[in-house]
Amino acid sequence: MELLLDSLFNGVAIGSVLLVAALGLAIVFGLMGVINLAHGELMMLGAYTTYVTQLIFKLPILKPFYNSYIIVSIFLAFIVSGVVGILLEKTIIRKLYGSPLETLLATWGVSLILQQFVRSVPLAYGTGLVISLLIGLLLPTTFPSKIKESINFKYFKFSSWIFAALTGVLTGSVISSSVSKLSRASARNVDVTAPSWMRGQVEIIGTAFPKTRLMIIVITLISVIAITLFLNQSAWGMRIRAVTQNRQMSDCLGISTEKVDIITFGIGSGLAGVAGVAVSLLGSVGPNVGGNYIVGCFMVVVLGGVGNLLGTVLASFGIGIMTDLIGAGRLLSIWPDMPLSLSNIINFFATTSMARVMIFALIVIFLQFKPTGLFPQKGRMVEN
Amino acid sequence: MRISRRILAGLATASLAVTATSCGGGGTSGSFDDTVTVGILHSLSGTMAISESTLVDTEKMAIEEINAAGGVTVGGKSYKIEYIVEDGASDWPTFAEKSKKLIDQDGVPVVFGGWTSASRKAMLPVYESKDAFLYYPIQYEAQECSNNIFYTGATPNQQSEPATDFMYKRSPAAGGDFFLVGSDYVFPRTSNTITKAQVKQLGGKVVGEDYLPLGNTEVAPIISKIKKALPDGGIIINTLNGDQNVAFFKQIQDAGITPSSGYYVMNYSIAEEEISTIGPEFLEGHYGAWNYMMSIDTPASKKFAASFKKRWGADRVVADPQESAYNMVYLWKQAVEDAGTFDDNAVREALVGQTFDAPQGPVEVMPNHHLSQTVRIGEINAEGGFTILEETGVVLPQAWNQKHPSSKGFACDWTDPSKGEKYKL
Repeated sequence: MELLLDSLFNGVAIGSVLLVAALGLAIVFGLMGVINLAHGELMMLGAYTTYVTQLIFKLPILKPFYNSYIIVSIFLAFIVSGVVGILLEKTIIRKLYGSPLETLLATWGVSLILQQFVRSVPLAYGTGLVISLLIGLLLPTTFPSKIKESINFKYFKFSSWIFAALTGVLTGSVISSSVSKLSRASARNVDVTAPSWMRGQVEIIGTAFPKTRLMIIVITLISVIAITLFLNQSAWGMRIRAVTQNRQMSDCLGISTEKVDIITFGIGSGLAGVAGVAVSLLGSVGPNVGGNYIVGCFMVVVLGGVGNLLGTVLASFGIGIMTDLIGAGRLLSIWPDMPLSLSNIINFFATTSMARVMIFALIVIFLQFKPTGLFPQKGRMVEN
Repeated sequence: MRISRRILAGLATASLAVTATSCGGGGTSGSFDDTVTVGILHSLSGTMAISESTLVDTEKMAIEEINAAGGVTVGGKSYKIEYIVEDGASDWPTFAEKSKKLIDQDGVPVVFGGWTSASRKAMLPVYESKDAFLYYPIQYEAQECSNNIFYTGATPNQQSEPATDFMYKRSPAAGGDFFLVGSDYVFPRTSNTITKAQVKQLGGKVVGEDYLPLGNTEVAPIISKIKKALPDGGIIINTLNGDQNVAFFKQIQDAGITPSSGYYVMNYSIAEEEISTIGPEFLEGHYGAWNYMMSIDTPASKKFAASFKKRWGADRVVADPQESAYNMVYLWKQAVEDAGTFDDNAVREALVGQTFDAPQGPVEVMPNHHLSQTVRIGEINAEGGFTILEETGVVLPQAWNQKHPSSKGFACDWTDPSKGEKYKL
């Protein structure tokens, strides 16, 4: 029983990391059909946001609230990655809808740019830049349409961008002068330390579980529930589904497909940011942190069936449980007196790297029989 | 008002830093008869840049020190050392390409370079075919002995063997079972083969072994295996690389695998630099084995650390790879002066037998192109340094490991033409 519980928990823990990382991609790639190779770097931005938030919460003013920084950083990471994602959509991806190969190359380029950006720009000014982007994008939309009509909107937009830039520079310099660690560019990996209430283990039914893993599972569950509710219950969610199913018809019926694209991409990118918070709890934060997850993300989405959230959820937990079963050699402890030849084979695959090989092999075999994944999407993709 | 003053102060320090770096390269203005240009080849971009750039800093510092002390004297003429820095870009074929460029185009008499074994293996054929000379400063898995490479890092018998011995005989987990964890590439696999043979000789037991693919940070299956194989604590030998250590230590601590519950990790790839990245709170109570540790309490060691901090910033640390890089520049200078020429064949002959009073203590170049070095075992402390527990005497390097089944009974000697790269003892 304990063994089963332990194995199940491990599988769910590994799977939830995969799931939270793949969730954003399931939306961007699944619903919009955009092959976003910069997805990992959007995760990386989320992880760096956690790091910056952590340092800012160490300032004397915010010190009493230090223990809650991780909660705050989840929201901030969503916003930061979302804003960068929206900018990416507005400037690059919008021009490339319907041409997957070009999108692939362009987003790969973006991923390199983002990696090099965090290596060579002090994080304080990076934060400033994101803040000015946020203000620049939001300010023009917050004014009532009456004012927009009464003055020339072009000038208004222009001046709000100037305001945004100034605010960005100001916050950048304030942060860099108050947190010395953020004032210099560094390619060095940095570390996010979980607050004390999240370290150590908690006992459930006689088995000890690491708290950070539980936290990641909780983050994942909340993200999945929130995104499902959003897609199925809200007006914008309905519009997104409509555009996914038939773009032209939705356009004819008065849905602003342009806005839908921005919102979908923004949410997908924001979820990548949330994933960044989760992975920062497991390892170190560096420019390459996202690149390590991108293949796994695509694997999960393809295996689950492109365009289907339930498929993504099942696929990631499935892969998680398989990884644990094979990688930790669980079958041997379940069935200790199996024939020697069989146990030799299992032992051979019971290392992390061989387990990975095995899982990829199994997925390849599976896709031979079901090339569209567990739950194939019916209907049309964006590029049709 | 307060804020703006801070910003001004920040700007002032920033501009100071700029001026400080901009006049750094030149070094001293003594009167030299001539100049000699050497090659420095490390990754300045890509994943290895973080580690390898510290070697570039150290090599530049050594060269500046030598220049400040009058340069290299060859045949009565004093030469100022100048350097060309090339970027290996964390890409192994680039290392080979840049080596060719340094040798053929720039005509440098020596190249200081490399970090990963993969980069060294890529460069080796270039130096052998052109009969040029590479100085390589990293602790590595050995099982190699080139006439054209000079290795100043530790071989396994100068790091992992004394460390395994310590763990089995004198650590708090003495007599316990071993679990081996490493990244999936040549150094951990070779090192663990040696460790397994050694543990067997000692009468201990290796109860498990696992390798994490490079870049993978999912440690959960390894943790379950450790808990299953070592339910009541034991010895973990860790050869994980770089950032994977962060994931490993964060996750094992959360899973209750800590020194207080009887698990002791011996690390071969964690030096002062890595401790500060991972965070001492995750590493306290675990062990490391190196030739040089920053906490060595000798004037030479303190001077080395102090001049590095003075040259590159007070928050910088020095660690074993940097010390090896520092030594090799000085050893090359001594060999050149003894040989009386920059010709690399003459320098190679003069090199064997050179001694140097290194920050770690005296080192000597052996006929197998490796260094005799002191080995130290340290416990990682809360301040992010090592508390040195043990110090061996000078240990002779084994290019061909005597515990590895494929190289047992072989040795290397380049001073005797009848022996060479690999001869039977």
